[in-house]
Amino acid sequence: MLSLVNFLRQSIKASLTSLLSNKTRSFLTMLGIIIGVASVVIIMALGAGAQSLILSQIKVFGTNKIGILPGKADKNGPPASAMGVVITTLTYDDAVALRNLPHITSLVAYDNSTENSSYQDNSYITSVRGVTADYLTLEGGELSEGRFFTDAEEKSAAKVVVLGDTVVNELFNGSPAVGKIIKIKNHPFEVIGIMKKRGTVAFQNYDDMMIVPNGTMRKIVVGINYLNMIRVAVDDEKNIPEVIDEIQTTLRGQHNISDQTGNSDDFDVRDTADAIKLITTFTDALKFFLAAMAALSLLVGGIGIMNIMLVRVNERTREIGLRKAVGASNSKITLQFLIETVILTLLGGIIGAILGTIFSFLSSLIIRGLGYAWTFSISILSIILSLGVSASIGLIFGLAPARKAAKMEPVQALRYE
Amino acid sequence: MPLIEIKNLIKEYENGDVKTPVLKNINFTIEKGEFVSIMGPSGSGKSTLMHILGLLERQSGGVYKFNEHNVRKLDDDELATLRNEKIGFIFQAFNLLPRTTVLENVKLPLLYSTKKINGDEKAQKVLEAVGLGHRLNYFTNQISGGEQQRVAIARALINDPEVIFADEPTGNLDSKSGDQVMEILEKLNDAGNTIILVTHETNTAEHAKRIIHVKDGEIISDTLVQNRRRAGDGKLK
Repeated sequence: MLSLVNFLRQSIKASLTSLLSNKTRSFLTMLGIIIGVASVVIIMALGAGAQSLILSQIKVFGTNKIGILPGKADKNGPPASAMGVVITTLTYDDAVALRNLPHITSLVAYDNSTENSSYQDNSYITSVRGVTADYLTLEGGELSEGRFFTDAEEKSAAKVVVLGDTVVNELFNGSPAVGKIIKIKNHPFEVIGIMKKRGTVAFQNYDDMMIVPNGTMRKIVVGINYLNMIRVAVDDEKNIPEVIDEIQTTLRGQHNISDQTGNSDDFDVRDTADAIKLITTFTDALKFFLAAMAALSLLVGGIGIMNIMLVRVNERTREIGLRKAVGASNSKITLQFLIETVILTLLGGIIGAILGTIFSFLSSLIIRGLGYAWTFSISILSIILSLGVSASIGLIFGLAPARKAAKMEPVQALRYE
Repeated sequence: MPLIEIKNLIKEYENGDVKTPVLKNINFTIEKGEFVSIMGPSGSGKSTLMHILGLLERQSGGVYKFNEHNVRKLDDDELATLRNEKIGFIFQAFNLLPRTTVLENVKLPLLYSTKKINGDEKAQKVLEAVGLGHRLNYFTNQISGGEQQRVAIARALINDPEVIFADEPTGNLDSKSGDQVMEILEKLNDAGNTIILVTHETNTAEHAKRIIHVKDGEIISDTLVQNRRRAGDGKLK
């Protein structure tokens, strides 16, 4: 036992010496493994970062929210309205009917469109949101100046508008905006408030939009009689299933749907948790697909290592002969070459993991510099996995050269020129 | 019991259907403490004979008993162990490991040994015996050819072998270095070591006490040396 430990120690030392004595070649041999392991680590890290970014955007929005979209959708697929189909089944009356359900603390009806706006010589095309008066309560956000519109203004389709920070800059160039009249699609609107800069939350750029009363939006700006979306906030997360149930029952009553199984619904109710689950499924699939692609390069690297090791066995035939002459058994020669290959691949794996970590860290710095709440996370699992894989590659692809070395007749190996 | 005993030893190389006899019906014994030269022109089979005696190659027929082991009945691993513990080799081309120190080279057989001995101490002792006590940490490419061959001798001695095989040990050396090597071999024999020398040079062969002449795979003479050549200035002593 002691002699085996000693043998292993000596073999490892000898392998390192031989690898270090030809640094360029050792490095080139390891390159495939280095690149493979680095890509696995980078892809796993960036994937995890992207996933947590997406999820955090959703969570910022709040997990007590329920969204109602027009059109029926498969629970695990995207909503029908997200596929670009205009569906007109959700109405303002639905919103009114839902507002008084228990546990619902606030409700907002939405219609969105993109319109041209102008003030004096400046014009700007941006998205216009027609919402109801509970908007600030439900979505958050603060006014930096002026006020938000009232429920009465919304119902009476008053021509008032609240501007996002970007829009104010585009139209007013820093001059005072509150109280001024701007034109949206050629209708005059009074600016009554300006939103505080908020940035992008849940993939929505809150600064680059104008907010008008929903009634005004439907009747004057776009000329429609349906809603794009209704959102409600629930008093407590644990009431969400109950509220979803009630919303479905109420809407079926509103739409004269007698089928209570959900198969005939012309609307889709989902909560934030559903969205999180859905997105996690997508991003997980993407992450592992990319990691599998990176793992392919590990395989190619392994074949490269096998090639070089076969060449090394040929180059060292006389050395193998000598080792056999002084008493090395076949199994010890095999072991020695296996050790050498595993050290080569493991070393490559370690270098790759370090490079991958450094690269992931630098990327996270750059992405954060671009203004995203990016978290740098290296999963220990991905490092252990890629090191394990590279060591296994050493074992698998090292076996053929090692056996070739061991099978040599001592005399023929000694005589080899 | 003799150290080496061979009876009707035969070696043939097969290449497809063609069998080439290399050794035909060889018989001799070598006792402990002998200094034997195996002589013959190239192609005579003397190297093959040495390889078989040194357990580097197996015979095709006949009996070979080494140190009371019937070699035919041993498997590869047992042969490796015998080579490790009972045999020391010295080759014409030195066969040292490159980019490795003198000390590590000498310790190489211990890597495959089950004996528990202090490697560094023993290696230093045998290196001093061949006059290289001052070269322990030199790399093998930093020393002369003669010194390299003396490192190889030290390596052969590290496990206290029963017999030392030297295959043309002076073939790659100038006459002065060659003399030094032969002097060491003589001293080792004087101290009781068994030495088997393979050479085609009469001058070198005559350092031994006994010469076995091989030609065309057969022993043509097996004689004791009357006037042994001793290393030094080439004079007879």
